[in-house]
Amino acid sequence: MPRGALSAAALAATLSLALASCSSSSGSDSSGPAPGAEGTGGGKPLVVGVTSDPDTLFPWKATQFQAVNVLQNLYGTLTEFDKDLNVVPGLAESWDASEDGKTLTLKLRQGVTFADGSAFDSADVKSSLDKIMDEKTAAVARASLSSVKSVEAPDANTVVLKLSAPDAALPANLATVNMAMLSSDDTEEKLTATPNGTGPFTLGKRVPSQSITLTRNDAYWGAEKAKSPSVEFRVIPDESSIVSAMQSGNVQLAVFNDPLVAQTAEGGGTITVAKTPQLNYHVLQLNARRGELGDVNVRLAVQCAIDRKQVLDTAALGEGEVTGPNTAPAFKSDPDKRPCPTRDLAKAADYLGKAGKSGGVTIKTIVSQGEYATSVNEAQSLKAQLAEAKINLDLEVLESGAFVDRWVAADFDAAVALNGGRPDPDGSYGRYFTSDGNLNKVAGYSSDKLDKLFAEGKATTDQAARKAIYDQVAAELEDNAAWIWLFSGYTYTATTSGVQGFTPMANGSLQSLRATSVS
Amino acid sequence: MRALLRNRIVRRAAGTAGTLFGVAVFVFVMLRAIPGNQITAGLGTEAAALTPAQQAALERYYGLDQPLVAQFFAWLGNMFTGNFGYSARNQQSVLDLTLRSLPVTAELAVLSIVLALLIGVPLGMLAASRPNAARDALGQVVSLAGLSIPAFLLATTLLSVFAASFGFNPNGQGFATLAEDPLLNLRQMVLPALVLGFGIAAPILRTTRAAVLEVRSEDFVRTARAKGVPERRLQVRHVLGNALVPIVTMTGLQFGYLLGGAVVVEQIFSVPGIGRQVLLGIQQKEYAVVQSTVLVIALAFVLVNLLTDVLYRVIDPRVRAS
Repeated sequence: MPRGALSAAALAATLSLALASCSSSSGSDSSGPAPGAEGTGGGKPLVVGVTSDPDTLFPWKATQFQAVNVLQNLYGTLTEFDKDLNVVPGLAESWDASEDGKTLTLKLRQGVTFADGSAFDSADVKSSLDKIMDEKTAAVARASLSSVKSVEAPDANTVVLKLSAPDAALPANLATVNMAMLSSDDTEEKLTATPNGTGPFTLGKRVPSQSITLTRNDAYWGAEKAKSPSVEFRVIPDESSIVSAMQSGNVQLAVFNDPLVAQTAEGGGTITVAKTPQLNYHVLQLNARRGELGDVNVRLAVQCAIDRKQVLDTAALGEGEVTGPNTAPAFKSDPDKRPCPTRDLAKAADYLGKAGKSGGVTIKTIVSQGEYATSVNEAQSLKAQLAEAKINLDLEVLESGAFVDRWVAADFDAAVALNGGRPDPDGSYGRYFTSDGNLNKVAGYSSDKLDKLFAEGKATTDQAARKAIYDQVAAELEDNAAWIWLFSGYTYTATTSGVQGFTPMANGSLQSLRATSVS
Repeated sequence: MRALLRNRIVRRAAGTAGTLFGVAVFVFVMLRAIPGNQITAGLGTEAAALTPAQQAALERYYGLDQPLVAQFFAWLGNMFTGNFGYSARNQQSVLDLTLRSLPVTAELAVLSIVLALLIGVPLGMLAASRPNAARDALGQVVSLAGLSIPAFLLATTLLSVFAASFGFNPNGQGFATLAEDPLLNLRQMVLPALVLGFGIAAPILRTTRAAVLEVRSEDFVRTARAKGVPERRLQVRHVLGNALVPIVTMTGLQFGYLLGGAVVVEQIFSVPGIGRQVLLGIQQKEYAVVQSTVLVIALAFVLVNLLTDVLYRVIDPRVRAS
């Protein structure tokens, strides 16, 4: 090769290596101890493998799984869930409802401080709740406070919520990170750069798209401070690569949703995988306001023509449980009580006959590609089964962004979806199936009976009575085949040896990271 | 002559500007043709629960309430002032993001090209030295494997085997730049560069084989051999030297593609390069991130082409003469 060519190639190589060496991967903040350093309380740092970093650090707008998982360790809420999803005190030590149920008085915990050292009091609670209710904030949990007429702060440790009607679901609704308590001095702009919460950790260091490291908050109000000095959420975009990182000891904990990846992780023998039933449910959403699905008999025919266990087995390797509408442990529906608990093609044909559609029907169905691992497989299984009942599921497989667009606009006859469940059934379904619910357009079904039942459920505080009411809600939904509930899956918590204290939760929460240590 | 030269430079600069403007328009339009926007990308299906007032507040926040033409020229105008936009997700300017990711990709591209040349050129020459013999078959097998084994498969297999069998997975640690930890950085680059280099070695091998075979049949090679030029010197100095132009063309093209980001390989090995930056931008519908980064990539591609042209002049006196 001529000397000139060699020199040019060498110059190009040198230039790019020099560029590379000049590049910096410094984070946006490095106020905490360096990752890997041990904190004052001892213990080893914990590394959690995640496929993406948070899309926002502002808790009132966080819906992404990764963002919620990070933020719930930085921020505090008035109430919290324990490992069994019971509502327990958080920043509110206790709460009392008035006799008519229209006033909720919360006593706040004392001596709580934000990460910046400022004190937490009732002014922060009033400011936070008022802002969440303000449409201009665009907070995603605004609808959960629809029963709240006003927020009063009579003294520094007391907050009084005046309600338009009794709301038994309110304490549970206050426990989500979208209801995080923020300092009244903070703004969204400030918090998206520098979180300032009352949680067990504070933000240590962030390297965009690579990692976010939380450090133990030694001023945390809880009896037990976080066991690990730091928790690093390390971004490894591919789930299989996370498994490899765990096998080589670089990552100690990860949560997977894909059963296939979980099996791979378990196969190596060095990783322990625990599976936890989820509140989320896989469903064939029917839009009863469009086309042939407006006829309840067509919807019931779909209901009877599906073997849910077969969908579960073929699409998700049998990893899950056939479910009815209510997935929360305290309100669980009995799938055997639905019409056609097992597949019944003769009955499906009867229903189609009653609808005057003995020749068959076609249902345009949207499916997301990539939104979650099993979507397309579920759709294909449903299509094959329904074809035997002369119901043609016309599948439209969409990129996840396109799917969300169509779903949000309720522009579908049917949709294969994985919907998030909540510990309280009012939170799960009130917004879908009440006629003035903010997702009722997407749900495609409502009735006076459901409106009445949901109102009763909110007004009732006795747990057994509430269970009976939401059993009726589930029956009403399935008797009318509003949607076709299929199954709920598992999440898989993978840990390497030496990881102790982590408790997976049915709502997917990683709040027990504070109790997790690495030996 | 000077006027002509100036004219050519002006013509080339104008062509480059036109290309970049076309890329800018194309990316801007294509991004908006994709369903969804930053609101639905951020909130997912929760976006359905927004009230009209909340929707309007978010559109104002993301600048989506402006007319498209105004959005386009505001962005392009800002680019000229060095303001590439801002990534709300990363809480950083796009310029800062690009200054961090572009060198990573450039380093990966250089290492991959070096490996590809080390594999492709010797094997290509070996294959051409005796066509249809066993060594030629070996070259064909290697090039066929390089072309037909998908990068994601090779990457995943290498990662799994090395991690599970040898506990070797430097990519599982946080990414280190050359300045921070040169040794760790090079260890983290080895497997991705090998995967990319193997894929690129195939076209380089084929191009080398074809070019060398063609040059070997030229009269001057026969003359040189008749004059007693040693075989080794003949192959390297006379044959390879004259076969370099197509090899450089192919290498330049591949280098340009690599600068565009080897997205799949960067994803699998968690290399925070420019390909991942674009991918995340598309997923989150961060328009400024995607538009500005793609424009930088296009500019890099143009510069690599320019460098290739300069290299022609260095390695081929006929080009200099013309």
